Amino acid sequence: MNLTLKIWRQADANDKGKMVDYKVTEISEHMSFLEMMDVLNEQLVNSGKEPVAFDHDCREGICGMCSMYINGEAHGPDRGVTTCQLHMRMFKDGDTITIEPFRAKAFPVIKDLVVDRSAFDRIQHAGGYISVNTSGNTQDANSIPISKHAADEAMDAATCIGCGACVASCKNASAMLFVGAKVSQYALLPQGQIEAADRVRNMVAQMDLEGFGNCTNTGACEVECPKGISLENIARMNRELLKANI
Amino acid sequence: MSGFFKSSIGRKYAMALSAFFLMFFLLQHLAINLLSVFSANAFNEASHFMGTFWAVQYVLQPVLIFGVIYHFVMGFILEIKNRNARAVKYAKNNGAANSSWMSRNMIYSGLAILAFLVLHFIDFWLPEINTKYIQGDMSGLLADGEGFRYYEELTHKFVSPIRVGAYIIAFVFLSLHLQHGFNSAFQSVGAPVGRKKVMKNIGKAYAILVPLGFVLIALYHHFNH
Ligand code: SF4
Ligand code: FES
Repeated sequence: MNLTLKIWRQADANDKGKMVDYKVTEISEHMSFLEMMDVLNEQLVNSGKEPVAFDHDCREGICGMCSMYINGEAHGPDRGVTTCQLHMRMFKDGDTITIEPFRAKAFPVIKDLVVDRSAFDRIQHAGGYISVNTSGNTQDANSIPISKHAADEAMDAATCIGCGACVASCKNASAMLFVGAKVSQYALLPQGQIEAADRVRNMVAQMDLEGFGNCTNTGACEVECPKGISLENIARMNRELLKANI
Repeated sequence: MSGFFKSSIGRKYAMALSAFFLMFFLLQHLAINLLSVFSANAFNEASHFMGTFWAVQYVLQPVLIFGVIYHFVMGFILEIKNRNARAVKYAKNNGAANSSWMSRNMIYSGLAILAFLVLHFIDFWLPEINTKYIQGDMSGLLADGEGFRYYEELTHKFVSPIRVGAYIIAFVFLSLHLQHGFNSAFQSVGAPVGRKKVMKNIGKAYAILVPLGFVLIALYHHFNH
């Protein structure tokens, strides 16, 4: 199929940036969205132009690197997928596709479609871990009984790949789904209890410091999250923070 | 705890708590208004009680005024902060794909409700305060002293079709605001509403039936007097 692409081009963090139109032809519907971008970039390189910079790594939906706001939605129109898993069969011949970087003040654009998501790393560093004494006497995690229900919910929360689609989709650029998932995955397990109060306090404080917006429960994040992280995790984080403060 | 209410999530709790109070207030307001349809006498009695009982006047009324102001001021601050959290807007954004119109436009439904409240204050609250606390007439009686004045005042207001029209428009916005706000408040205080269908339905029912009740009462008096 033949497509018109409207892509955000921005030379560097200080550049003002603008939307630029491109045409790609003979795109197979079996291609992934990133493969289509590869075709465009090859075209650009061959004609001596600067290729479009975009993030990617695993290309199988596990690393969370690929981003892109496609036709007004994070990771495009499909549900439960990252951009690398988005197939071109979701589009029609002759379509015009708008491609923008994830937008949030806390995610500044580095170049073209690449944004700096290290705010997420800093939130993780503030408390998204457990401290374990690795002296050799560490208790085997499998010997600690955990209910199936809690284990399942913790696992669901832990599937968050830190892609930032929740922030990008949220009208408030709020990071609460991400932070909620990271708080929840420990809050549900016995290993997470000891540092629970400090964890939620510090992670929320860091989140606020990074300049993300405030959640107004629109639920857009949950719909656009490639891993189906549920709003329940935000409710749990809210409960955890209240618990930590009384 | 003071740090808690400065955090983004602490503010969510505060916003939700003021919302709970306001939603409870709406229910009791509706209940008393409903009396006016069935019995002028009962409505008069209830109004006089609410208008003169000290706990209502000096405890609940200030709490209500504070709650309303807090909810509006925080709503505006929230909106401004959240707009600032995305400095560069998307060229193309498909909000309808992942969220309801109501949830994305709380500020506009809120503004419409604010406009209505101004009208409502001028209509009912200011004359009430004037009669009771400036002129010092706590009797609740009509000028001729023949019976209570509340029912008369209420029905008199709903004669004007323009006022009734404004009420209807305002209550449509109130319904839209509540259709998101009801469950949003529960989600904010950490209630697991996400998976509870029944909660969603209760929220929908409240958001539609309560405003509808106010509208029907206004229409009833408009066409019956
Ligand atoms: S919660 Fe979902 S959308 Fe947000 S970072 Fe994690 S995987 Fe991505
Ligand atoms: S490139 Fe790893 S998730 Fe898309």
